[in-house]
Amino acid sequence: MTPAVIRAESVHKSFGRTDVLKGIDLTVAPGEVMCLVGPSGSGKSTFLRCVNHLETIDRGRLYVRDELVGYEERDGKLHELSEKAVSRRRRGIGMVFQRFNLFPHMTALENVIEAPVQVRKVPKKQACERGAELLDRVGLADKASSYPAQLSGGQQQRVAIARALAMKPELMLFDEPTSALDPELVGEVLEVMRALADDGMTMVVVTHEMGFAREVGDSLVFMDDGAVVETGPPADVLSDPRHERTRAFLSKVL
Amino acid sequence: MTETLIRADSGDAAESLRPIPPRRPGQRVAALAVAFLLVFLLEGWITNPRMQWGTVGEFLFSPVIMEGLRTTLLLTFLAMALGIVGGVVLAVLRMSANPILSQLSWCYIWLFRGTPLLVQLLFWYFLSAVVPTIGLGIPWGPTFVRADTNDLITQLTAAVLGLGLHEAAYMAEIVRAGITSVDDGQSEAAQALGMSRGQTLRRIVLPQALRIIIPPTGNQVISMLKTTSLVFAIAVPELLTSIQGIYSRNFQQVPLLVVACFWYLVATSVLGVGQYYLERRFGRGTSRDLPPTPLQRLRAAARNHVKESAR
Repeated sequence: MTPAVIRAESVHKSFGRTDVLKGIDLTVAPGEVMCLVGPSGSGKSTFLRCVNHLETIDRGRLYVRDELVGYEERDGKLHELSEKAVSRRRRGIGMVFQRFNLFPHMTALENVIEAPVQVRKVPKKQACERGAELLDRVGLADKASSYPAQLSGGQQQRVAIARALAMKPELMLFDEPTSALDPELVGEVLEVMRALADDGMTMVVVTHEMGFAREVGDSLVFMDDGAVVETGPPADVLSDPRHERTRAFLSKVL
Repeated sequence: MTETLIRADSGDAAESLRPIPPRRPGQRVAALAVAFLLVFLLEGWITNPRMQWGTVGEFLFSPVIMEGLRTTLLLTFLAMALGIVGGVVLAVLRMSANPILSQLSWCYIWLFRGTPLLVQLLFWYFLSAVVPTIGLGIPWGPTFVRADTNDLITQLTAAVLGLGLHEAAYMAEIVRAGITSVDDGQSEAAQALGMSRGQTLRRIVLPQALRIIIPPTGNQVISMLKTTSLVFAIAVPELLTSIQGIYSRNFQQVPLLVVACFWYLVATSVLGVGQYYLERRFGRGTSRDLPPTPLQRLRAAARNHVKESAR
């Protein structure tokens, strides 16, 4: 059996006195598209950020490809890794943010080639060729020399996806990728994500797009108050939720 | 309402639809009055025989003053270079997670911002009185290189150190303001791509912070240009010192001070132009289209003029 891409065991996290994650257990298989849904403050974004160590965890174990994220285990204790080791492990994990977070002082193409050139030391010419390919793949071949401020929200988010893909990740994390978009621009971003899923990319998507979850997702996880309430195939959970809390949430968003 | 519609239709439609701005007779009167006053004052200033314009012309390009101007520009450049580099280092230290480093930076800023620049200049100048020799070696151990402080810290080095280290304390706060102004999401995105902290700072945060840092830094440069005149206290012959030297002998204070102002204004104007282009360079990506520079506008106007006359 191939190892799980993500394996979370009893992950705890608190900000000050607020417990944000109260023991999360999850596994994501290779090629799986997992959608995390739930009310705001339920901890789904925090969990996603823990996966690439943008947040530290307080207790539990979180493995990506059988390697602990941001830590190493010695004598049964977790030791935080050096910054260098953390960034090395992050390279295989792409992340797409709600607010795009494109680098505004760089063109679309410069955004895409920045990490390959700086981190992976890919020659600039080669990086540009691949960057152009990636922009073409997200349908923005003609926007390579545009600055983020000259692009619409949907276009910016597609550049952000291309930028994450440029590092050739084996796992993509999406943190509410369409929540900051005008309704008519949501479709173009979801289309790119769907194509990515069809190519077999392993994805974890925090989203409120139940249609996307139903059609593209392999599994759906409903979180509330820092815990996983319900997991299952999206169609089952969406049409026949077992828990009262899930039912109450879905009745409001569907 | 129908009346205006008919009127709009009757004439040249596009022209009559353009709104006419209200007349402001008061503005014109005020402008005329101010212009008249300016001409009156300027005329009095220029034709005043006591201004000794001949003397101004005589000394405007005199070698001593040119040498002074060169020293002033050199001091400004070196002190600002030291100030900016020091400021970036101090700002990064100040924002470091290590409490000792951030405290150290805080103390530096507290000390150098809290004491008069003149005192600091004199201190560097008289350093040899306290520390006669400076050596390089292992603390409490052997010394490998040793030099006389007086040889090492000349008047010019003392001036650069005094001005630059003082400036670094101010630049530190300017740089910190710039760094804080960059959205946290930018560092997060860079880190998520596997970039190191150093790469994130150098490639992502600082270039964006520069947009905020440049205008106050321009202020600092211009202020520094004039502050260099303080080094007269340690006898460095910069622009104002050399001018004072001349008028202490020929007693032509006013014309020589006019010469000084002339050169300070020329230097600040050149710096202002430089700042304009720097700001454009680092404003990339912030507005959809940058407006043309004055030079581009001039060229466009000239092109249009040629086209018009060719017609």
